[in-house]
Amino acid sequence: MIELFTEQPIISALIALGGLAAVFGAVLGFAAIKFKVEGDPLVEQIDELLPQTQCGQCGYPGCRPYAQAIVDGDPINKCPPGGHTTIAALANLLDVEAPALDEEHGEESEVKKVAYIREDECIGCTKCIQACPVDAILGAAKQMHTVIVSECTGCDLCVEPCPVDCIDMLPIETGIAGWKWDMPAPAHIIASDKIPHSADASTTKQEDAA
Amino acid sequence: MRKVWDIHGGVHPPESKTQSNHCAIASIELAEELVLPLSQHIGAPSTAVVTVGDRVLKGQLIAEAQGLISAPIHASTSGTVTAIEQRPIAHPSGMTADCIVLKPDGLEEWIEIDACNDYKALEKTEILAKIRGAGISGMGGAGFPAAVKLNPRPNQKITTLILNGTECEPYITADDMLMREHANEIIAGALLLAHLLDNPSEILVGIEDNKPEAIATMQAAAENTAVEIVVFPTKYPSGGEKQLIEIVTGKQVPSGALPASIGIVVQNVGSAFAAWRAVRFGEPLISRVTTVVGESLALQRNIEVPLGTPIQHILQQHGWQQENAARLIIGGPMMGYTVESPLVPVVKTTNCILAPSRQEVPEQPPAQPCIRCGMCAEACPASLLPQQLFWFAQSENYEKLREHDLFDCIECGACSYVCPSNIPLVQYYRASKSEIRIIDADKQKSDRARVRFEARKARIEQAEAEKEAKRVARKIAAEQAKRLADEKKALAGPQGTATTTSSELADKASTAAKPTDVDPATELAKLERALSSAQSRQERATASLTDMQREDPDNTARIESLQARLKQAQLKVNEAEQKLGSFKAAQNSVVATETIIKQKLTSSPLEQLQKSVDTIGKRLTTARQKLAEAEAAGTPTVEALRQGVAKLQQKLDTSERELVEAKAATSTASEVATEVNSDHNKTLSAADIAIEKAKAKAAAQANMSDTEKRAAQLTSLQSRLTKARERLAKAEAENNENIDAFRIGVEKLEVKLAEAKEDVKEKA
Repeated sequence: MIELFTEQPIISALIALGGLAAVFGAVLGFAAIKFKVEGDPLVEQIDELLPQTQCGQCGYPGCRPYAQAIVDGDPINKCPPGGHTTIAALANLLDVEAPALDEEHGEESEVKKVAYIREDECIGCTKCIQACPVDAILGAAKQMHTVIVSECTGCDLCVEPCPVDCIDMLPIETGIAGWKWDMPAPAHIIASDKIPHSADASTTKQEDAA
Repeated sequence: MRKVWDIHGGVHPPESKTQSNHCAIASIELAEELVLPLSQHIGAPSTAVVTVGDRVLKGQLIAEAQGLISAPIHASTSGTVTAIEQRPIAHPSGMTADCIVLKPDGLEEWIEIDACNDYKALEKTEILAKIRGAGISGMGGAGFPAAVKLNPRPNQKITTLILNGTECEPYITADDMLMREHANEIIAGALLLAHLLDNPSEILVGIEDNKPEAIATMQAAAENTAVEIVVFPTKYPSGGEKQLIEIVTGKQVPSGALPASIGIVVQNVGSAFAAWRAVRFGEPLISRVTTVVGESLALQRNIEVPLGTPIQHILQQHGWQQENAARLIIGGPMMGYTVESPLVPVVKTTNCILAPSRQEVPEQPPAQPCIRCGMCAEACPASLLPQQLFWFAQSENYEKLREHDLFDCIECGACSYVCPSNIPLVQYYRASKSEIRIIDADKQKSDRARVRFEARKARIEQAEAEKEAKRVARKIAAEQAKRLADEKKALAGPQGTATTTSSELADKASTAAKPTDVDPATELAKLERALSSAQSRQERATASLTDMQREDPDNTARIESLQARLKQAQLKVNEAEQKLGSFKAAQNSVVATETIIKQKLTSSPLEQLQKSVDTIGKRLTTARQKLAEAEAAGTPTVEALRQGVAKLQQKLDTSERELVEAKAATSTASEVATEVNSDHNKTLSAADIAIEKAKAKAAAQANMSDTEKRAAQLTSLQSRLTKARERLAKAEAENNENIDAFRIGVEKLEVKLAEAKEDVKEKA
């Protein structure tokens, strides 16, 4: 036996490699079945990054369906409420280049908005309640409705169904609690980098010196 | 001498403390207007409890705390509330916030306050309530409500109480002056706080060695008490809570945890002083010692100033040369912030008003690129890597910032101070921190939205599923009802089947009637036994059916089965009787023809018996006649004839007895049969249930006493009347043409009801 191997190095090498391939193949196959992951974890991860406004501006009925669509190959730039931050996060997760927001689906709004119902105009038709994807509108038939502002995602899906047009999208008032420190402005070391008027000032100084 | 530890990093900026600590704490003229922000502390803003135009007394509660982490606010002097509105407040944003504006009347009229000579006699909860009620929040700068810290969780045993008299920030001397002038009260306050915290084993007061006068007075005051004064070398920022803990105890507070988790509570000396005043004299926190300093002022000193005093008023009292001032800083040069408006008021946390001249705080030179010198890392008292944090802050890599413990940064500014490139590092950290907080809040909100969205989806799906299930159930029920109706239709034929069986029976009987070779006597006995058992079965069935009908008239299925049983029993009885009768007939008339038997069989057993009795009677009379004739003629057959008559007489007697018995039996049987038949017919119709109910009601009424009956009648009348009235009202509303008919109906019912009532009264 050993003689055969020593005399036929090519065959013995082939046998050894083939045997190893068979063993590892079996191990991998077993692992694939035993440790199979249920569902697509990527959908969960993408859904985590989406802003959960459930506004449907991407063309899908909610954030999760869009997450699924992204996994299936849809572009990642269809989410106006998330804006460039969400696109950047998605690009980071999927390891692709971050594209610009697809304006077709809406523009990224600078300020966050929430729906407000002009309550004296509300006729209590419950149409907005049915439209709200996150149950943020309170009311009953023939009773005044109101928006639970803290739960409103600002998706504006309730605006269109209102028959008396009494829903406004108003920017959230941030107040002192929502105030944030600004990042320092970038420094301008080189005179020509400076903003025009200060650049003028420095040039005059130089002239003075001259 | 206690061992003191050193902290990592730290810097030694010029102390600049001598210009303000040379003279005693002064006071200034009352401002014309006091502005008291509703949020002077960390936590929820308090809510105003006064309205515009109210006159308030000094120390009166004007805004109460909202929630646990909050503090009430009191009027700093007596006067009138002139407005509750948005005013600029001391905040780096320069924004406005809700404030109560008070116009002092100059009378300084105190509200009634209750002093307490011996706090040890009070419950701890009462003392805590006093401290909380006095609105005391941390006086060092952060403004955390003091009562919260003094009420640690039951599982956290506090072993060390530290009073922070470090005051490491340049320029500020408010705590220094307070310790110099109110050492006894601070020590009393320390003992009070220690009492609240179940007397920790160590009560320490940490003071930097650049305040020798304060150290001396505090040591004198602390003599013969449990309080120990700990003096340690001056270094910025020793006064940070976590830094001070490390210096005086050698322990480090874990990242993200509170000092209470390692059994330590730190309070500012000013807070201890205020707590003492609140408990001993009942004085709420309405004024504080503030350092007024800066080269743009003619007079630099510490003043005790009522809360709400606008900074402009204070500065004017100190000879402020606005044109010379670079800016206005609340707090020290390291951690303070610039305010835009000099109208902002002094609040509970304002320990210093710095109004430097332009020479004093030159413009920050432009930032240059980071050269990775590492000086910031050496200076950082929290042992962070400021250059890395700066790098990640610039690239907005919040994940990495978190990993590098950005939130352990105390924003002391030591890194910016040492940076050779003049990078405003702290500003980057602050901005990143607020950005991360906003992202976290958004994340929380989006998670909540996701939960709500999914819950809604699940709810809608469930509703759909329920609807579908109901639809399917209705379909099945309809099918079942159809099948049941078919079955009932099939059941409707028992009479037909009964007739067929009776004809079959007749055939059988006819065959049985044919002479058999069995012993007639045993056959007769057998048939009689069968009849009696069939009769008893029938009786039992009748009894159970009547019971069932009385007790549970709605249980149609059961009643039906009982009825079927009764029918069977009846058939059996009939069969047995017929058998018996036919057998007897066969025995009696040897010459009986099949036709006669058939005729007999078609007639009822009673008739048969009657007939047999009649025939026997006839035969008896003929026999007697024959006997009389024979006697008269004197024939020799007289004896035989007499025997025959006697026998016939005997037969007649038994037959007659049988007839009487049979009559009794058949009468009950026929009654039951008619009842059962009628019942059965009713179950076929839809009205069956109603009839059954009516029957049950009738039966119940039969059981009811007279008065009960009348009462029931009365209630039914009343309900009918109300219904009739409703109908009338509806008709009136709709202007129905039958309105008169409705009205008459109601009137009639009313009369009837009145009659019934009278009846009841009479009977009662």
